[in-house]
Amino acid sequence: MSTLPDSYTEYPKRGEGYDHDLYPWSNMHQRAPIHWPDGKSVAVWLCVSLEWFPITPEGPFKAPGHMVTPYPDYRHYTSRDYGNRICAWRMLDAFAKAGVKASFATNAAVAERCPELIAAVQEGGHEIIAHSTDMNGTIDATLGEKAERKLIGDAMTRLEKATGSRPKGWLSIARQQSFHTLDILKDEGLTYCCDWVNDELPYRFTNGLIDLPLNHELSDRQIITVQQKSAESWAQSMGDAFDWLTAESQRAGCGRILPIHLTPYILGLPYRIGALESLLADLVSRNEAWVATGEDIVGEWERQQCQE
Amino acid sequence: MWEGAPDPGLYDYHPYRANDPRRRRIAWPGGKPVAVWVAPNLEYYEIDPPIHPKRNPWPHPAPSVVNFAHRDHSNRVSHWRMAEVMTKHGFPGSVSLSVALCQHHPEVVADAQSRGWEFFSHGIYNTRYSYDMTEAQERAIIEDSIKTVEDATGQRIRGWLAPALTHTPRTLDLIAEYGMDYTCDLYHDDQVQEVKVAKGRLASIPYSLEVNDHYGFFVYNMSGREYAETLVRQYERLAAEGEREDGPGGTVMCIPLHAYLIGQPHRIGPFEEALEHIAKDGRAWIARAGEIVDAWRAQVGAQQ
Repeated sequence: MSTLPDSYTEYPKRGEGYDHDLYPWSNMHQRAPIHWPDGKSVAVWLCVSLEWFPITPEGPFKAPGHMVTPYPDYRHYTSRDYGNRICAWRMLDAFAKAGVKASFATNAAVAERCPELIAAVQEGGHEIIAHSTDMNGTIDATLGEKAERKLIGDAMTRLEKATGSRPKGWLSIARQQSFHTLDILKDEGLTYCCDWVNDELPYRFTNGLIDLPLNHELSDRQIITVQQKSAESWAQSMGDAFDWLTAESQRAGCGRILPIHLTPYILGLPYRIGALESLLADLVSRNEAWVATGEDIVGEWERQQCQE
Repeated sequence: MWEGAPDPGLYDYHPYRANDPRRRRIAWPGGKPVAVWVAPNLEYYEIDPPIHPKRNPWPHPAPSVVNFAHRDHSNRVSHWRMAEVMTKHGFPGSVSLSVALCQHHPEVVADAQSRGWEFFSHGIYNTRYSYDMTEAQERAIIEDSIKTVEDATGQRIRGWLAPALTHTPRTLDLIAEYGMDYTCDLYHDDQVQEVKVAKGRLASIPYSLEVNDHYGFFVYNMSGREYAETLVRQYERLAAEGEREDGPGGTVMCIPLHAYLIGQPHRIGPFEEALEHIAKDGRAWIARAGEIVDAWRAQVGAQQ
């Protein structure tokens, strides 16, 4: 039997607070309350990922949804691309019909390859969030700081060029970062990222960047693709979450956020999109809902932080 | 245990039948047919722990952002959400505690303490695994657990759920030697049972993997509503079996929880309905782990 070194039962970072200094501990229920515009209880944040998967996977790890079969994987390449050709347009129609604005977390490659789609997103009044270069643009600690700076810088430059403005928000692929990522995002002039799912309200990292948590458990990828539930079950879970958050917000006298993370090739299929349309119709009929973009939510939060 | 033997020798075979000399009929206080205990896991996972040769804590090189942050959600948001719902319906917790949480986030431990919850050890961190520990290392984590919880809460821990369910062949003997009364690591029964240890006595209290929220959501892929329905079915069956006049008497139902799972906004509402169902039913003896083990021990003690 092998044995463990003595250091395995030594704990140099065992002390008050975290074993890292990326952000301080804070429990949500004891913070100064946030109040959404017009006394709304729950900010509903729709965030759509626009993803292009090269048929030649690369990068530190394979993004969820990436190629599966030996090259050339036509099956997955085309079914993912279907999201940008068909499903994203369905979602834009659904948002227009419900009269709501969303955030679109966009690969730079999608912005370059699908200019009509980006123009429609912008004409619809939606926000564009940076979402790396393409689905090979994953980040983890093995990438190295220099390559990571180049990757993030490249994504930002290309998105700025293709969309005409520099995104304020960033979503990493699979929400995965390295210990350098938060500082690189700050240096690139970003205001917020969506990767850390440890909270349900925005909070500030030690370096000043803001986290707007995009709950992965509520995503269509988690519920439909990973847990294999129907679109109707997904919608029921969103409804249950909204009901709970509304009641909790009213009890606590503090706003809440319902992040709804959507993937065109998952929820935008013909037999699933109806569940999204019904959910949106229900949510916009609720007086307690403020359907807002990530930028709007972060802006409101920042404004109220300054007043304290 | 019998180290290296095909049968680890943890316990004897006791048929699920009344009046079998090996399984005394159990009566819970107030004539209740089923004891229900709730076991929230209050945990701390290190962001960049040392890598154990037999198990890597995280799927990515540190930081594994979603995995760390998901668990951190417990200590910032969902512990309180879960705890409020439990308190509202009269369920105390028996806490499976990463004892280093007493140092990292004492506020969470203090909240559990103020609600009258019981603590048992779930190791120092849920990112340090016991496999291959020397006896000295294993004694160190047991002694650390006893002292840390006593310093933080005044409670002497009475039970053990191995950190991340990792064991050595000597764990059960050691915790019995240190005077602990129960283990939560054995899943062979729906009643409290005797465990064979080198010295002293040790009871096995049914914990549960099958209705653990982690299994519900990540092994069986249930929705929040399906999980709540599962808890109600588990409860109804164990209550009915505990009621049978020709049966072996009081059964045990454990609801093992992780706030970062059950306390998500889409799951907590259905979960509250399941707790409300059990609380209102009237057949449940809602108790802490130590009380259940004590009530059992008082009835079987002479026999063992």
